Amino acid sequence: MYAIVTLTAGLLFGLGLAFSEMTNPTVVIGFLDIFGNWNPSLIIVMASAIAVGMIGYAIKGKRLTPLLGSKWQVPTLRKIDSKLIIGSSLFGVGWGVSGYCPGPGLTALVNNPSEGFYFVAALIAGSGLHYFQTRITQK
Amino acid sequence: MDNVFNPLVGGLLIGLTATIYLLSIGKVIGISGILSQLFFSKERLLPFLFITGLIIGGGTYGFLTEQTVAFPETRSPLILIISGLLVGYGTRLGGGCTSGHGVCGISRLSPRSIVATLVFMSAAIITVTALN
Repeated sequence: MYAIVTLTAGLLFGLGLAFSEMTNPTVVIGFLDIFGNWNPSLIIVMASAIAVGMIGYAIKGKRLTPLLGSKWQVPTLRKIDSKLIIGSSLFGVGWGVSGYCPGPGLTALVNNPSEGFYFVAALIAGSGLHYFQTRITQK
Repeated sequence: MDNVFNPLVGGLLIGLTATIYLLSIGKVIGISGILSQLFFSKERLLPFLFITGLIIGGGTYGFLTEQTVAFPETRSPLILIISGLLVGYGTRLGGGCTSGHGVCGISRLSPRSIVATLVFMSAAIITVTALN
């Protein structure tokens, strides 16, 4: 059941990205180009996604457990530290350079493979760099 | 912005997916985290299924949706590699990306996610402005 829900969630999420045109870097860069030729359509995407998400969290608040699991695993960390700020800044610069964040980068493997290949390979490498760095510093 | 339908449907689908995933499994959707699990954890089946679904669902350009602008001309591998490394490392250091912090985090009014979203949006806007 977990597997079916997870695969379906992936499919629906991908469809959401395609419909909203977040899968297209030209649209994303247009959205980020607020001092140039601004394309505000992604505001609608963010606002509608967050509005539905808020309803989801309101329903969650009325339930003791998820439908399929025994406990909620929602992040509870509240600390705003330098990792959050530096990491988010690096992500923002990388996002602005190509117009790809992780989800749309992955869909580029199909939509625009000659770009998707390089971006996704580097995305995994960057993520792995952090993983191994964390493992080394924890020892 | 001639077409309001596409972004509205897209956003509703993304929010609905996050809600279904939350209420059934109990977790938030964060693509950078799920991708990292696929490669750097022992529990690989569910991340694999999610990412496979995402690629199939998102790779429907031209089939199901009427896109309003064309894809960019293919850019240099160097640009894409620099971008991928920054996004991959930055999202893991910062603990989330557009989905985890931007959608799921703001939906539950997490201060960490609101700050992260403001920071990565600002950094991205400055980068695009500087590059143009």
